[in-house]
Amino acid sequence: MILCKVLGPVVSTEKHPAFAGLKLLVVQPVDERGAASGKSFLAVDRAIHAGPGDTVLVLREGTGIRQLFGVPLTGKLPIRSCIVGVVDQVEA
Amino acid sequence: MYLGRVVGTVVASVKYEGLAGQKLLLVQPLDHARAPAGPLEVAVDTVRAGPGDLVFLVGSREAALALDPSFVPVDASIVGIVDSV
Repeated sequence: MILCKVLGPVVSTEKHPAFAGLKLLVVQPVDERGAASGKSFLAVDRAIHAGPGDTVLVLREGTGIRQLFGVPLTGKLPIRSCIVGVVDQVEA
Repeated sequence: MYLGRVVGTVVASVKYEGLAGQKLLLVQPLDHARAPAGPLEVAVDTVRAGPGDLVFLVGSREAALALDPSFVPVDASIVGIVDSV
């Protein structure tokens, strides 16, 4: 998992059915001090209810996400990054 | 997943069987400020996107999972058209 800051929501009407009802957010990878490090990307938020400005934990591994979503590991879910926690504090 | 802008179409007449019938688009990956982020990619379209559209894509193994049947040689799929960011 990596630390990211949530930048804002992405709105999409025409999308793959796997994304139906899922919140999609733009996230920016950050270092331990909260400074941007690397390219922004998109992650889904199914149960965490993260909002803009939150520091979050992002899982970037499709098999782990299929397990999280209760899809059989051989099942089809074209999702690769998912917010799995809101970070309260980082010490480094 | 990441944002991109469709900049063109790609036609390939000789290709692996799994790619037959798939629409291929040329996409410029973008960051949140819609600035180019990396080189152009060829992606399979699953949402009837067209040139000029702002889209989002999924990469790696999960790109193939957006397709049916899913065991195809694909590493980027367009899975949504973006209304706003």
